[in-house]
Amino acid sequence: MAHTSVTPGVPDAEEALAFERRRPDKWRRMWQQNKYLWLLFLPCLIYYLIFRYAPMFGLVITFKDYNLFRGVWASDWVGFKYYRMFLENPDFLLLMKNTFVLGVMNLAFGFPAPIILALLLNEVRKAAFKRFVQTVSYLPHFISNVIVASMVIMFLSPTGGLINEMIVALGFEPINFMNEPGLFRGIYVLSEIWQHIGWETIIYLAALTAVDPQLYEAASIDGASRMRKLWHVTLPGISFAIVITLILNIGSVLEIGFEKVFLMQNPAIYETADIISTYVYRVGMEQGNFSYGAAIDLFMGIISLIFIYTANFISRRVSETSIW
Amino acid sequence: MKLNKISPFHVVSTVILLFVVIVTLYPFLHMLAVSLSGDAYVMKNEVTIWPKGLNFNMYEIVLGDPKMWNAIKNTIVYTALGTSIALVVTSMGAYALSRTYMAFRKGFMMMIVFTMFFGGGMIPTFLVVRSLGFVDTIWGMVIPGAVSTWNLILMRTFFAGIPKELEESGRIDGLNDIGVFMRIIVPLSKASFATIALFYAVGLWNNFIFPLLYLRTPDLFPLQVLLRNLVLAGSAASGDVTQIGGDNQIVEESLKYATIMVSSLPILMVYPFIQKYFVKGAMIGAVKG
Repeated sequence: MAHTSVTPGVPDAEEALAFERRRPDKWRRMWQQNKYLWLLFLPCLIYYLIFRYAPMFGLVITFKDYNLFRGVWASDWVGFKYYRMFLENPDFLLLMKNTFVLGVMNLAFGFPAPIILALLLNEVRKAAFKRFVQTVSYLPHFISNVIVASMVIMFLSPTGGLINEMIVALGFEPINFMNEPGLFRGIYVLSEIWQHIGWETIIYLAALTAVDPQLYEAASIDGASRMRKLWHVTLPGISFAIVITLILNIGSVLEIGFEKVFLMQNPAIYETADIISTYVYRVGMEQGNFSYGAAIDLFMGIISLIFIYTANFISRRVSETSIW
Repeated sequence: MKLNKISPFHVVSTVILLFVVIVTLYPFLHMLAVSLSGDAYVMKNEVTIWPKGLNFNMYEIVLGDPKMWNAIKNTIVYTALGTSIALVVTSMGAYALSRTYMAFRKGFMMMIVFTMFFGGGMIPTFLVVRSLGFVDTIWGMVIPGAVSTWNLILMRTFFAGIPKELEESGRIDGLNDIGVFMRIIVPLSKASFATIALFYAVGLWNNFIFPLLYLRTPDLFPLQVLLRNLVLAGSAASGDVTQIGGDNQIVEESLKYATIMVSSLPILMVYPFIQKYFVKGAMIGAVKG
């Protein structure tokens, strides 16, 4: 924009007037330029405002004695009553521990598994065999959680379940897997790996295709063994993908899928299988204590947010890789 | 290096990969075999992955249940309607966000990405859905999931990759942004639409949490809820199917397997053919995301 003012920095009256006259033009031009794009974006915007942002404002009920009949605004303010209630709840520590331990176990075993599978697939020379393994291993990702949970429970059933049949055939006593609190976490993590290991290799396989083949040749000429090449060429080549996935996984450690835990748990194993989200469902949706349930949910949501922020911050410092 | 040299490393990795294949496929083959086998063989635990005493009795029982048909019908309706709505809303939004010259684009993106890290949670969302009058209606199944942030960003990446020249030819012919989108972008992006449609369709077909939270009337239940009631919760609200299997644990097992097979069959059958679309979508997400 050309400035014609006599004194630099102080626009003269004429220019100020011209500016005033241009302003509406600017808005009108912006509207003219963008109206069709905005119109295309409008349904999406409305969706996000109603289904993603309105619930965030709905969190105000965590500070109120929310009552379905009185509605959000007419319900009485109660301050931090429900947060205190949760912190003073004897189950508070247990729920936190269950959520945290299950999430960390899932991360510790579920995160490296697809990397190992991807590295193995990368070494396969027969393209047809590689494709076959890939196609098969992606399959469980598309099976519903209801079916996976059903399969787990039925195969582990002490009466006629596939796994127990094998145990009995080997001459041991059948194990009532789904009633053993000590076994739940292992079963859950294994079922998660079974379900997602193949699908999660995709990101690493994509990264692996980008590794320059010349680096392998150079390493071969230098006499590097297969393990050396893996360590010095392949892993650095996919480290970006590994770090990004790791940050995202650490950030969502506490956001364990509600559906599958809910479907796999039963009261006999609540001492290890009850996590925050299933507790929120029971308290909030089944018992109708909306304010309390939402308060617990928000409490965990904020911890989760701190987690992902910290993971990203550390990663940016250490490896200069970050998701924002 | 000779190509067919067999190293110990190769043997070990092939064994591990075969193990992955077996562990993945065996459960499905076993369920299929048991559900097709005669009772006597099932009771003696003689069935592995090949049916013995082949018969279709269990499937006749499962498919003879009107509740099953109603649930199948509901699931198909929710999946078809939900996918259509989601595709329209997501593709229009994704196109707008892919145009770098759109005003407030950065702000809109930030607004969207933020929801990946924080949300109101289960209960406030339920209260919003309830206040809209969507509880216990088909709308509760198809509208609250109309946009998945992941799919939106994926589609934006697809659109951003379309060469500018193609769109400019349309502009010269006097098309506005909506015209360019409808006449040029959509016809050019059939494969991306197919990919995103598949992601949404699988999600809707498998959806369990929406009906759990938002539906009350059994007549509206989709397959996943019926399946859960039949297989996991025993005969509580399940009706005919389990009552027939009633006092025989083993027969009940093959009946449950038959139910599982019926409800996962659509995905198992089309999966090999559509797999490459999923992978393409995930690849793009992986590279750009």
